[in-house]
Amino acid sequence: MSFTEIYKQYDWDEIKTQIYEKDASHVLAALSKKGGRNLNDLMALLSPAAAPFLEQMANLSHELTQKRFGKTLQMYIPLYLSNKCSNNCIYCGFRNNNKIKRITLTLDQIMDEVKVIKSYGFDHVLLVTGESKGSAGILYFEDVLRLIRPYFSHISMEVQPMEQVDYERLIKLGLNTVLVYQETYGKKYHEFHPGGMKSAFFYRLETPDRIGSAGMHKIGLGALLGLDDWRADSWFTGLHLNYLKKRYWKTKFSVSFPRLRPATGVIEPRVIVTDKDLAQMICAYRIFDENLELSISTRESVKFRDNAIKMGITSISAGSRTEPGGYTADTGELEQFAINDNRSPDEIACMIASKGYEPVWKDWDIHYGI
Amino acid sequence: MDELILAEKRFSSRLFMGTGKFSSNDMMERAVAASGSELVTVALKRVNLNDTADDMISHLKLPGVNLLPNTSGVRTAKEAVFAAELAREALDTNWLKLEIHPDPRYLLPDHRETLKAAEELVKKGFIVLPYINADPVFCKQLEEIGVAAVMPLGSPIGSNSGLKTRTMIEIIIEESNIPVVIDAGIGAPSQAAEAMEMGADAVLINTAIAIAEDPVRMAEAFRLAVEAGRMAYKARLGSKTTHAVASSPLTSFLEE
Repeated sequence: MSFTEIYKQYDWDEIKTQIYEKDASHVLAALSKKGGRNLNDLMALLSPAAAPFLEQMANLSHELTQKRFGKTLQMYIPLYLSNKCSNNCIYCGFRNNNKIKRITLTLDQIMDEVKVIKSYGFDHVLLVTGESKGSAGILYFEDVLRLIRPYFSHISMEVQPMEQVDYERLIKLGLNTVLVYQETYGKKYHEFHPGGMKSAFFYRLETPDRIGSAGMHKIGLGALLGLDDWRADSWFTGLHLNYLKKRYWKTKFSVSFPRLRPATGVIEPRVIVTDKDLAQMICAYRIFDENLELSISTRESVKFRDNAIKMGITSISAGSRTEPGGYTADTGELEQFAINDNRSPDEIACMIASKGYEPVWKDWDIHYGI
Repeated sequence: MDELILAEKRFSSRLFMGTGKFSSNDMMERAVAASGSELVTVALKRVNLNDTADDMISHLKLPGVNLLPNTSGVRTAKEAVFAAELAREALDTNWLKLEIHPDPRYLLPDHRETLKAAEELVKKGFIVLPYINADPVFCKQLEEIGVAAVMPLGSPIGSNSGLKTRTMIEIIIEESNIPVVIDAGIGAPSQAAEAMEMGADAVLINTAIAIAEDPVRMAEAFRLAVEAGRMAYKARLGSKTTHAVASSPLTSFLEE
C-alpha cells in the first residue's frame, strides 16, 4: 500500500479530535511503557493532556537520547545555492511574488562560500535552493556535488522534489541525505501553496518514497510550524515515519521542527507554537522513536537552543546564513527567513561543550556509501 | 598471570573499550586510562585519516593502549574492505573490528556481508574481529576462515540490556577455539561480571561507560567487575541446584 492510500484512511479533523480527547491516564500509560511506543501513544504525548508532564517527558527524552546518541551533538551548516523559485508559498521569503533580487550561485561563487564554511570547521553541509528547474535542476546539482565532494564527508540537500532516477544520480556523486518537508498534512495545504509544482500535495507526499527507493542513506521529514494544528501535523509526520522506516529499512530518518519566522512579504503565523509546545513536540518524537535524529536550526532563539540540546536534539546548525552568497557577502535582503541565533560556530561549539556534550563535526567518511 | 592471548598478542586486561558517545575527547581519554583497557575501538567515520593531529586519535595515544579501528557505518562488504584498507594505511595497524550494519536503527550485523568481508580481509592479512549476532554456527564458520576472535552481541548496541542472548553465548563459548568477546548491550558492571563468569574471554564496553554520570569511575567499576568475573570463572563456580539431592529415588535400588 502506498503512503497516499494510507494517508487517505485518516481524516485530519478526526485525528485532531482524538488527540484533544486524550487524558492524563493515556499520557501516563505512554510514559510508563517499556520499549517502543505506537501511534496511539504518540497522540497522547502530543496532546494538551501531556503539558503537565513536560518535565517528566523531558527527563525520559534526555535519558533515551543519551543512551542512543551519547553525549554528542552533530554540527551542520546550510549552504544556500539559489533563491529562484517558481512556487508561491505564502509563508516563504523566496515566494515568486516577492520582488527580491534572485540569484543562483555559480560554481566559482560556491567555492568561495565553501572556503568560508570550511574555515569554520564544518564537515557536514546542507545544500538549499528554491524550486527552479531551469537554473537549479539535476545537472546543476550534479556539477555542485562534483565540485564540493572533496571538501565534505556528509552532504545533505533540501531542494525541490525530484524523480527517483535523479536521486540515484546524486547518490552516485556523494549525496547522503535529502530533507523534504511536507509543511502540513492538513486540508489547508493548498491555501498555503497556491502556485507552482509545490501545489501538488500528493507528489510531494510521495517524495520520501522516491528518495527511499533510490537508496538514500538518510531522509528528513517535518512540518512547518505555524500553518495549522501542530499536534495533528506532528502525528501525521509520525504516521509517515512509521510507514517509511518499515519500507526503507536501511535508511535513517530525521525530523526537523521549522517554526515560521519573519521574512519579507510573507504571512504572519496562523497558529502560534510556543516554546513549551515545541519542547513537548521534541520530547514526544523522542519517546515515540528512540532512534530518530532530531535537528534544530538557527530559526530558534539562543535560550531555546541552549536548553533544547538536553531534551532530545541530536543535530544543530550554527553560523547559518539563509541567503545565497551570504557567507562571503552581506546581502541582507535576500534571506529566506530571519536568523534568531547569530552566534558563530565556535561560540555554539563552546556552548555545547559547556553543557557536557562533544560537538561532532565529522561522523561519516567520504569513502562510505558510494 | 591470567593473560588473554589474541592473535599472538598478550593482553593483561580483558576489558576492551569503545570510544564513542563521550562528552569530550578529554573525558574519553581519562575513562580509557581508568579502565585499564589495552584495546580500544576507533570509528573510522569519526576520525580524519588525513590529519595526523586528529584530536580523537591524539587522545588515544596512551601507553599500553592499542587501537582497534572499526568500520561502523559501512553497509556492505565492499565498503568494509575499502575502509579497512584506509585504516591500515592511516593508523598503521592491521587489526580491525569488522562491523557491517545496514539497519541504521538497531545497528544489527549483516552476516552475509560480514562473512564475505571477513574472508577477503583475512586473505589480505588483517586481524579480523567481527561483530556478529550470537549465532553459534556462524561463529564456527568465521573461525574456519581465520578470524582472530568472534564478538557476539549480548543485546543490541547501546541498549544496556545485558545478556539477552545468554543461551546462545553459552554454546558459542563451549564450542569456540578462538577468543569470544561479548561486544554489545552490556549496561552494568554486574552484567560484565556475568559474561566473564560464563567464560567469555573479554568484553567490549562503550555506552555504559560513556553515558554514566561519572564515566571515569564507571570505567574503573567495569575494570574491577571484569577482573572479578574472570577470577570467579577460573575459581570454578559451584553448580546451582534447584532441589535437594539427598535421596536417589531412581537409583537407590542399586544399592540395596
